[in-house]
Amino acid sequence: MTVSHNLDGAALDLELKGLIADVLGLDPEQAQAFGPETGLFGHLPELDSMAVAGLLTEMEDRLGIVIEDDDVDGEMLETYGALLAFAETKLGDR
Amino acid sequence: MLSSWTPPAPEGATAGEELLVAFDRERDFRLLICPAWFDEANKLRRFTLEVMRRLDRAGVDCLLPDLPGCNESLAPLEGQTLEGWRAAMTAAARDLRATHVLAIRAGALIAPPALPGWHYAAQSGTKLLRGMIRARTIAAREAGLAETSEGLMAEGRAAGLTLGGWRIGPAMFSALESAEPTLAPGQSELAQSAVGGPGLWLRAEPGEDAGQADRLAARIVQSLAGAPA
Repeated sequence: MTVSHNLDGAALDLELKGLIADVLGLDPEQAQAFGPETGLFGHLPELDSMAVAGLLTEMEDRLGIVIEDDDVDGEMLETYGALLAFAETKLGDR
Repeated sequence: MLSSWTPPAPEGATAGEELLVAFDRERDFRLLICPAWFDEANKLRRFTLEVMRRLDRAGVDCLLPDLPGCNESLAPLEGQTLEGWRAAMTAAARDLRATHVLAIRAGALIAPPALPGWHYAAQSGTKLLRGMIRARTIAAREAGLAETSEGLMAEGRAAGLTLGGWRIGPAMFSALESAEPTLAPGQSELAQSAVGGPGLWLRAEPGEDAGQADRLAARIVQSLAGAPA
């Protein structure tokens, strides 16, 4: 598994979109078109609890972060922007 | 194409038959497939069969047994253990006269060590449980229930746990917490990067990818023909 240790800004954005496309089987172009307000959980039918679990586990692997139970809430998964902000915070904490 | 084999009987029980999907034409190369587990088994079933079809066309017999407690098996899943599944795969290798093994994801935890072969995108027991526990805590939260990973882990060790609809007994659960795949002599790792594209176990819905199946089968055929894996 590739762990990208120096992800920031555009690189993180690209990685996170690629990861969502992989998990949800989306067209890479569709994921690359995500904006901060694009809805995720509750908006994308593919994203059920099993898929969220897969997405978070894959984020841990690829970004080299650890996501705790308490980190996971509706807000963090509501939009692409919120998920990106969460990943940035986690990377900053390391 | 459907055939049967007999795993070792659990203590105090009689041995039951298990089914397998086989492309069996009594050829020299006979590949035992140790399938992916639980939810990943469903996501990768079609892909696994697609790889088998390609290998069959390339002259390799392929044997995909049901894990006891899964698919058509009449054995209760809850009573299965890691050691039991290891013994079952070893028995399948012997009964079916396998010459090689292809273990997929957590299947690598139970690949018979006596067979040469490949671990495709091997998954540890720790990561397998972590993903399934997380899915359960997220679903619980949506339902307004308070469940923590820590609490679920303790419950799993003590009494077993239902994760993603799979009833995992306490012995299996405890063994998985520290189970790591190990390559036996003659076995090598086939990483997803060697196959290319995103792993199909990541998908929220079962999918397929003809290109990935082509490449995985080609790696195995090359390796059987003596080229470096």
